[in-house]
Amino acid sequence: MTAEERALFKIRNLCVAFDLFRGTLPVLDHVSLAVRRGEKIGLVGETGCGKSVTMKVVVGILPIPPGRIASGEIWFDGTNILSLHGGRLQDVRGRIGLIPQDPSASLNPVFQVGTQLRDAIRYSHRHRNLSAKEIRRLAIDVLAEVGLPDPVRNLSNYPFQLSGGMKQRVLIAMALAANPELLIADEPTTALDVTIQEQVLRLMREAIDRRNLSILIITHNLGLIREFTDRVYIMYAGQIGETGSTRDLFNRPLHPYTKGLLASVPKLTGEGVPFGIPGTVPDYLNAPSGCRFSPRCDRTTEVCASCRPEMILIEGEHRVACHLYKEEQEDDPQAG
Amino acid sequence: MILRLDDIKKYFPVRHGFLQRKMEYVKAVDGVSLAIKRGEIFGLVGESGSGKSTLGYTVVGIHRSTAGKIIFKGEDLATRQHMDVRAISRKLQIVFQDPGSSLNPKRTIRQTLELPLKVHRLGTRRERLGKLRELLQKVELPEEYLHNYPRALSGGQRQRIAIARALAVEPEFIVLDEPTSALDVSVQGKVVRLLLSLAKEHDLTYLFITHDLSLMRNVASRVAIMYLGKLCEVAPTSEFFKNPLHPYTKMLLSSIPVVSEEEESLKPERSVPKGEIPSPVNRPSGCGFRTRCPLAMDICAQEEPRRTLVNEEHEVHCHLFNNSRIKGDYDWND
Repeated sequence: MTAEERALFKIRNLCVAFDLFRGTLPVLDHVSLAVRRGEKIGLVGETGCGKSVTMKVVVGILPIPPGRIASGEIWFDGTNILSLHGGRLQDVRGRIGLIPQDPSASLNPVFQVGTQLRDAIRYSHRHRNLSAKEIRRLAIDVLAEVGLPDPVRNLSNYPFQLSGGMKQRVLIAMALAANPELLIADEPTTALDVTIQEQVLRLMREAIDRRNLSILIITHNLGLIREFTDRVYIMYAGQIGETGSTRDLFNRPLHPYTKGLLASVPKLTGEGVPFGIPGTVPDYLNAPSGCRFSPRCDRTTEVCASCRPEMILIEGEHRVACHLYKEEQEDDPQAG
Repeated sequence: MILRLDDIKKYFPVRHGFLQRKMEYVKAVDGVSLAIKRGEIFGLVGESGSGKSTLGYTVVGIHRSTAGKIIFKGEDLATRQHMDVRAISRKLQIVFQDPGSSLNPKRTIRQTLELPLKVHRLGTRRERLGKLRELLQKVELPEEYLHNYPRALSGGQRQRIAIARALAVEPEFIVLDEPTSALDVSVQGKVVRLLLSLAKEHDLTYLFITHDLSLMRNVASRVAIMYLGKLCEVAPTSEFFKNPLHPYTKMLLSSIPVVSEEEESLKPERSVPKGEIPSPVNRPSGCGFRTRCPLAMDICAQEEPRRTLVNEEHEVHCHLFNNSRIKGDYDWND
């Protein structure tokens, strides 16, 4: 597990449950992932698969209760975040920047952009006792870094005066202003048009390279993942189904869910409307104890529903959690 | 020709300034002419703020057009009187983007689906119930759902209900306003397939509004691109993707993130998109796209580009092509 040893950030066997009136929902089931320094990692999944819950646990905004961290560890640069409290926790978390999903809902509509950005800077640099002037300087610099036109004037604008793409830039600036080492971006471009999306991704890529950051990008957009990331984790119903380098995973998907997901995307080649994956995401209350994809899988066997598949190393960094690959770690007969 | 739009405009007044005295207009749709053939699936693509949804709403009568003609089966809907609306709306229906908000959460599926039948006074109570069962069957849902509320259904199932509601009055033309963009990809395909098979079965014509060009590639027979309330390019789908002409079309196509090498090779060479769509209140003079266009010339700021027919079915609105080819107008004869 060299990948994990060198990791800046890693989640190990994280289990998160929600205690509701109708019962306990075991949402995350032994989720493990790792992000090395300078790496761009994608976490892909559909609505309700637990990708945002994962993000919330990491940045500490999961409502507890009803949420409950049943087991697992989250390591950041050698410290287990889940064992920290108070100021120590705040210091470690300050090194993780969050880029939230919906730029319109994430800025406070009644405060000027500058006020919100300066608050963020003042807090994240609280040990440095910066003067108001220095804070303003930092705010202007970071807005310029994310390519916001006329940063000085935009400081006194309210969020409603900015377009969606500009708001997203402000939020990226806010995350960058704290000088984080890891960025977590939760669906950073779903609210944006493709042309703006491309601009925002380009900007994020540049900022990451310039500052040598790592990023964990959470999305359902496979095209974006293919263009942006180095490595990918595929998540289904709270379980990681497959992981590997982006190239391997797109060229040779192994898990039936990954294959189904890739086949569901309409193609520019015009092969007709995809069939999608039969069935629906299981209710977590009655989720199968084994592989949670088994009810929708066309190659399911008896063992699938009862026994949770372990991650199997196929080659390099390509791992899959699927009983099909248990013994013969060879090419899947239906690959492609 | 089932529907023809002739220079349709939809302006929304906005007041501002001292004592709200200054009157300006958001030109959401600013002179769109289109002709949609019977039985075709016409794709309308654009970014948010391009006016594509406003155009769809204007066609079905949710908005009254500011100017222009909407000729549906030879009848001008733009001048429709209050009483005609019911007759027309039987033939023209709409499916909205987000079934979570387009279905009333306080009504059971049965109430939701029965309302259009009641409005149009179709059938007795018993006949209506039979009709509802048939509708659910058509959208591949079990009959039991009639007594459920929308919250008990998944996103895909809710959208099927919204489709059933549109089908209830047996329309000929349906505006689909981003019918699958609120759905997961693994569900999207099934809903689109259902829409396609329904179109065939009931001889429906669709105006399919979306921002997803990859989806359009596989669904539409013709595609139109809209930008700031105007059309940029209209062409049959295969031609559109093989030979895109308008700089905006190229920019859009090159920014689509795709999932395979094969698709990558189909995209036009990468032109880095710059800028954002301007406000429709202060649209740039001349061509609306010139502020972002890599090939903008002097004339683009001065004159609006006219419709140029590159060939019989491929039209482009761009000065690059204005003088080189035949300038044409639609042949409106069906």
